Amino acid sequence: MRRLGQTIRDLWRDPMGRIGMVGILLLIVTAIFAPYVAPYGPEKMIAMPKTAPCAQYLFGTDNYGRDIFSRVLYGARVSLEVGIIAVGIGATAGYVLGLIAGYFEGWIDRIIMRIMDILFAFPSILLAILVSTVLGRGLVPTMVAIGIVNIPVFARTVRASVISAKGLEYVKNAESVGVKTVSILIRHISPNVVAPFTVQATLALSGAILTEASMSFLGLGIQPPDPSWGSMLSEARAFMEQAPWMAIFPALFIIVTILLFNILGDSLRDALDPKLKL
Amino acid sequence: MKNYVIRRILQLIPVLFGISVLIFAVMKMIPGDVISGILGIEATPELRAQLAAKYGLDRPYVVQYLDWIGGVLHGDFGESIRTSAPILPEILSRFKVTAELTILAAIISWIIAIPLGVLAAVKRNSWVDRFVRVFALLGVSVPGFALSILLILVLSLCFNYFSPLGYVGFFEDPLRNLEIMILPSLILGVSISGSVMRMTRSSVLEVLRQDFIKTVRAKGASERVAIFKHALRNAMIPIITLIGMQIGSLLGGAVIIEQIFSLPGLGQMTLTGINQRDYPVVQGCVLFIAFVYVMVNLITDILYAYIDPRISYD
Repeated sequence: MRRLGQTIRDLWRDPMGRIGMVGILLLIVTAIFAPYVAPYGPEKMIAMPKTAPCAQYLFGTDNYGRDIFSRVLYGARVSLEVGIIAVGIGATAGYVLGLIAGYFEGWIDRIIMRIMDILFAFPSILLAILVSTVLGRGLVPTMVAIGIVNIPVFARTVRASVISAKGLEYVKNAESVGVKTVSILIRHISPNVVAPFTVQATLALSGAILTEASMSFLGLGIQPPDPSWGSMLSEARAFMEQAPWMAIFPALFIIVTILLFNILGDSLRDALDPKLKL
Repeated sequence: MKNYVIRRILQLIPVLFGISVLIFAVMKMIPGDVISGILGIEATPELRAQLAAKYGLDRPYVVQYLDWIGGVLHGDFGESIRTSAPILPEILSRFKVTAELTILAAIISWIIAIPLGVLAAVKRNSWVDRFVRVFALLGVSVPGFALSILLILVLSLCFNYFSPLGYVGFFEDPLRNLEIMILPSLILGVSISGSVMRMTRSSVLEVLRQDFIKTVRAKGASERVAIFKHALRNAMIPIITLIGMQIGSLLGGAVIIEQIFSLPGLGQMTLTGINQRDYPVVQGCVLFIAFVYVMVNLITDILYAYIDPRISYD
């Protein structure tokens, strides 16, 4: 807990870290309270189609007359939900696999890491698309597909940290006095994995949000009428000249969100591991 | 070095085998029946059996896999269920477009990223450095498809410029080809230049701090010689690794960019295959892309070992 407090203080001292933290906090609050903040329902047709931005409809309306501002706010919900759960799936599975591979080494390490190599042999968006062809389209399949894509990078990060932590004197001492393997893994090795793991998780969040937006843009992720920034952008393509606002606002929200996570990821890496400072 | 190359190639065999098994298994797990997809659910059992026999779908999975992979090893990727056309010639013809897009994008990203990265490192903490860092952060954060949409919007609304649609091969009409390819390549190149820029900056900074650079300077060499002849050469090792890894992002990014700019590449072929449930096509395309990705990584590894003599070949 003390270390967490220190990390947050370090982040707050860095102006970029501050921007990242405040921006993401704002985004999370917006996503949680979207039903109260958004003036209209995301699927409700409330005005003439393609109404330009004005005081009543801040970001204008889309081709069905739905309020783009409200849809963008609800879209934040979808993006963060998919991002957090997908990274949660990838991080949990990657953590367990990396811990086992790094600690036990030998044949189990070889098998796990060869499977990770195979998953790594696909461009991430292609692997996500491939998995989603089996799982189907929509919120849950998209989360699971992106989660699976994230497993190898976490497994590799955790494995590398475990291998270096295993050589530490106090871990060897714990082994020699007969401390149980599970206890060594959880109490002695895991704390060494936290720093690289946290940095990886923050950066993976921006990657997961990007993959979701890309899949939805291609029509393979979140399906209309559910509001996703990617699918909103895809719908906007047909009306670029008549209603450019349909494209501008979802695109800006995707860019700003990924930017904020990258800023936070960079600052977090500097705070947790100053050796890696860019 | 020769042994190292042979060993790396041998290590690829299980990975390539695993890739092929994974792709085959995924295709078999897709819900819905291929036969019903083609004939409709009202087809007679006789007709269904006939079609299943034609595509070998009535045989055990192991036999189907061995048949498919045996064909692949002999250059036969099978036929499209929709068009009955052989898949490999179509993949190769489409790959030309994807390869051109990827190579142009990679060149554009190096032209932007490497000089700016070096400049930022040499002029650390100056306004140039700050500009490069902001540009790099934007580069890694702006997705290619969002940048495409915004650029298309700005170009059409402000400059009345519309990116030409369709595709003409480079050898048919080089100028027209470049006119078509320049915008998609630029977008794809810019979207990966951020990470190359960051890597260039940090690795040049690291090399510039080392003793041998101090020695080079102490011997009276000009700053240009110290940076370009000594620092950059050493800093290139991690940059080359990153560039190799970026080819994967480029191939993935190409899937989306081809769709936006209606380029008849491998990505578009894969997506069309998915939407039409033409699974042999999807299977062939994904295998081919993964194979290219693995080969690029192999070349990067070999290049890495060749450039850095400290890497053990044992």
